[in-house]
Amino acid sequence: MTEKLEILRQGRDSFLTTKIDAVVNWGRKYSFFLYPFVTACCGMEFMSAAGPRYDLDRFGAALPRFSPRQADLLMVVGTISHRQAPILKKVYDQMAEPKWTVAFGACTCSGGPYNNYATVQGIDTIVPVDIYIPGCPPRPEAVIDGLVKLQQRVQATPGWNKPHHKEIEDLSLPIIEKPLP
Amino acid sequence: MAVELLERVGELLGDAVIDSHARLGDATVLVDAGRIQEVLGALRDSDLRFNVLMDLTAVDYLGRNPRFEVVYHLASVDTEPHGTDPARLPHRLRVKAGVLEDPCEIGSATSLYVSADWMEREVWDLYGIVFKGHPDLKRILLYEQFEGHPLRKDYPKERRQPLIGPLN
Ligand code: SF4
Repeated sequence: MTEKLEILRQGRDSFLTTKIDAVVNWGRKYSFFLYPFVTACCGMEFMSAAGPRYDLDRFGAALPRFSPRQADLLMVVGTISHRQAPILKKVYDQMAEPKWTVAFGACTCSGGPYNNYATVQGIDTIVPVDIYIPGCPPRPEAVIDGLVKLQQRVQATPGWNKPHHKEIEDLSLPIIEKPLP
Repeated sequence: MAVELLERVGELLGDAVIDSHARLGDATVLVDAGRIQEVLGALRDSDLRFNVLMDLTAVDYLGRNPRFEVVYHLASVDTEPHGTDPARLPHRLRVKAGVLEDPCEIGSATSLYVSADWMEREVWDLYGIVFKGHPDLKRILLYEQFEGHPLRKDYPKERRQPLIGPLN
C-alpha cells in the first residue's frame, strides 16, 4: 500500500503521452451520434442493424439523435428523390463539424434500381460521402463492416480541429415551397 | 349487380353516357368529358349516393384520339344501416372521360369531392391535364422547376433534369 502511494505521489503511473489527433479521434470513433435520414425500404434493415440482435451499440453508435444539430454521423438510408434532395442538403448543412456521412444501400450510392427522372443518382451529387455501403438492402453484417471502416477512417484523419469535408460546388437545388411572405 | 347498377346509372345520366360495360362485377361508364361535373354531381346526389371518390387518375393512350382518359372510382358507403333496398347497398362505379391532347383540360371535381384536390394535382403533375376550377393547381410530387410531365408516354425516360447536380 505505501509502495503504491509512493508511485502515485511521484506521478510515475498516472499519465500517458499521446498525440492529440490520436486521442481525440479515438474518442470520436467510439461515440458516433447518428442521425438516421430514413426514407425507404432500407430503413427496415437499418432497424435490424441497430436493434439488439446486431446491436450497433457495441461499436459506440448507440443513440440516434433526431436533431441534426446533436448528430455527427449522417446515415442516409433509402431512396432520395429530387423532391427530398434539398431537405437532405439542409439537414447536412445543419450538422456541426466534425461530421461524417454514410450512404446506406444501393439507392444512396448510385440511385440503385431507379434510373429515372425522380431519383437522385447517388447522394454524393449533393453531399460529400465518407462510406458507401452497397446492397439492396445491405445485410446488417455489411452495415457493421461499413461502420468499422468508418471508424478506421476517423482514426486516421489528421488535423482533429479542421473541417475535413470538401463541399460540393455548383449546386442549385430546386426550391420546393415559396418562402412565407 | 353491376348490370343493374349500369341500368340505373344509364337512366340517371341519359345521353351523357357514351359507352358502358360490366365485367367481373365491376361497372364502368364512359361519359362526355365536357359534362363531367354535371355527371359526378348527379351520381353523388341521386339515390345511388356515390358519396366517396376513392381514386382519380389518368391513362395516356398515345396515338389514340382522345389521347388521355381521366378515371374516377366512386363508391357508395352508406353511413346509415342499410335495409334490403339494393340501391343502398355498398356499390362502386368507374367513370371514365376522354381528354384531348389539345386542349388538355377537364372540369375539376374539387367542388363535389374534397378528396379530388390532391389527386387532381397529382394527375396535373404527372400527365399535364388541367383541371378547370381547381383552387390551387400546382405540382405535388415533383418540384416547381421540373419541365414536362413524366408519365406521358412520349416523355423520354432517360431524360435528366439538370437542376440537381450534373449527373441527375
Ligand atoms: S437500396 Fe434497395 S432496399 Fe434500399 S432503399 Fe433502395 S430499393 Fe430499397
